[in-house]
Amino acid sequence: MSDPSLKDPAPAEDADSEPRPGRVRKPIGWSTIIIAALVAVSAALVWRRDGTDGVLDILTHDLSLFGGILPRVLAGCLLGAFISEILPHEKVSRSLGPKSGLKGLLIGTAFGAILPGGPFTAYPVASALLAVGADFGATIAMVVSWTLIGYGRAVAWEIPIMGTDFTLWRILISLPLPVLAGSLGRFVYVRLYPTPAAKDDEN
Amino acid sequence: MSAALLIDILLWGSVFGVGLIAFRRGPPVFKASLREGSMDFINIVPRIALGVIGSGYIAAIIPQEVITGWLGPDSGWLGVATAVVAGAATPGGPVIGFSIGTVALKSGGGVPQVVAYVVAWALFAFQRVILWEIPFMPARFVWFRCAVSVPFPFVAAAIAMVIGKP
Repeated sequence: MSDPSLKDPAPAEDADSEPRPGRVRKPIGWSTIIIAALVAVSAALVWRRDGTDGVLDILTHDLSLFGGILPRVLAGCLLGAFISEILPHEKVSRSLGPKSGLKGLLIGTAFGAILPGGPFTAYPVASALLAVGADFGATIAMVVSWTLIGYGRAVAWEIPIMGTDFTLWRILISLPLPVLAGSLGRFVYVRLYPTPAAKDDEN
Repeated sequence: MSAALLIDILLWGSVFGVGLIAFRRGPPVFKASLREGSMDFINIVPRIALGVIGSGYIAAIIPQEVITGWLGPDSGWLGVATAVVAGAATPGGPVIGFSIGTVALKSGGGVPQVVAYVVAWALFAFQRVILWEIPFMPARFVWFRCAVSVPFPFVAAAIAMVIGKP
């Protein structure tokens, strides 16, 4: 795995900003290959059903969607990079690491609930948190909280479509879930990987 | 749409805010994170392209009626389980997911089942996982997160059964 930042001439002054650990940058992984295969099969099925026009229609629509999303993806990546640069690593691993207890899960939940933007922010930021010392449990709490009790999707989509009553009630039901999911994640993680990678452990 | 504009303002406002903090730590820190973020962006773009363009085709071969059919008035835990599968299999974005939920509510679907559907959709809709979560997060985290989340649509349905309708 080649980390692109290693190829850059590392300026002497940021000697301590070593390539972030745990940051996975594989352009092609097996997930990508599976998805590409799925897409190829689906596109072939669409072509058989709707002909070339059908394939082109979807392509045009999705290309314009892609163009609209790109600036937000850039914003998300920058947000993730800045956050992982300005958050002190020891503090993050203390308050969101494997030993952070219930408090860490609550912080993760609160963070996910207030995070602005959509998936283009939530996942880069979650990935940055993982890289600077949050454990799977706290990161799961954050992602689940963003998806279930975050205000972004609720305000933009759920309230207009499903109504305020249902949405608020659904969010109320969901309130305990991020912490529960994070605890379950931690519980399973320590049993699945009994000797965590040394860098994640207290050091 | 004004909600989208609001999201963009909040988003870029946050980028600006944390960028300012980084800048006050000194230009090298700022430049390093700017470079990190741009490299992440460049690395992620091909996978986002595959996801955005690809999920359109995947969605096109899953007819929406199939999903709606799974959310029928089938009550009880079997209905909850089908709702969870339907949530995971729902193609498209939030408009489709929530519209299916609304249709199910109006056409006699049980409230706990619809809650299970919406929660399952939020947790595992395959399109969001493929398009966003896998490109940005370590794959091991994504599978782990999905596996650990499996019980929670059922938990949500159980809570809905206990506390009753909105």
